Amino acid sequence: MTIDEVDSYAFLPRAFRTIYEAEPWADHEPAWAPFEPPVGEARVALLSSAGIHLLDGQEPFDVERERREPTWGDPTLRVIPAGVTQEGIGVTHLHIDTSDIEADINVALPVHRLAELAAEGMIGEASPVNFSVMGYQEHGAATWRDVTGPEIAARCHAADIDALILAPA
Amino acid sequence: MLARVIEAAGIPTVTVTMMPILAEKYRTSRILGVEFPFGHSFGLPGDIAMQRETLLAALDLLATAVEPGTVVHHGREWPVDRRTAYKSWQPSEPSPIVAQSMEAIRQARRQG
Repeated sequence: MTIDEVDSYAFLPRAFRTIYEAEPWADHEPAWAPFEPPVGEARVALLSSAGIHLLDGQEPFDVERERREPTWGDPTLRVIPAGVTQEGIGVTHLHIDTSDIEADINVALPVHRLAELAAEGMIGEASPVNFSVMGYQEHGAATWRDVTGPEIAARCHAADIDALILAPA
Repeated sequence: MLARVIEAAGIPTVTVTMMPILAEKYRTSRILGVEFPFGHSFGLPGDIAMQRETLLAALDLLATAVEPGTVVHHGREWPVDRRTAYKSWQPSEPSPIVAQSMEAIRQARRQG
């Protein structure tokens, strides 16, 4: 059987449903950056909000502060290189079970699948850099908008990235 | 929200999400809805074919979308029974905000 229309609430606990249903429609048009090159020539990057960090040289997302301040979520950025290995990552996110990502990063940030597509010529290039954030944001949302988002965009421009695939966890 | 900021800065984006209705409400540019458990945007661990298929669907949307707010519903069903999948994505203990909310409800009931 295939799905015709995704049920956005299929896996959501019922108590959360009313919160999301009450979310208003934004009163602005979507931003739009045209995608120019053929996919087969594009340099593509990935972003996940699953809370992935590198064990070597990066701090985990600060969940200890979130435990003390439950409406705060760490809004900072981790840059994940294309060559990251499974053994090289940790995952810190208090709102999901992270064990499947700890077993296989490609569940949330498919860097190895992207490298395979690049090797086969299905895309031009896998970006040398990918991006990781931690998706629980309430008080941190302004920092995402004003700091983290612009920093990701600047790094995309600096790395000549043609498109970014985002995967909210 | 990140997608909007990044797209506005000139980088084309595709958002792969379990909650396409929310991405639509946020006026996201290109949306690939997937009916997968949270934390599993591309598929099951170790299922290379499924992860690849989802990634290719995102790239296809990138190549074909011609107007802002394009939504595509990915046809793939999650290959684990619904009850197991519903339980297995959730953390072993409630997140701090959920724990706090549950405690507030308990207190209100005690006082009521």
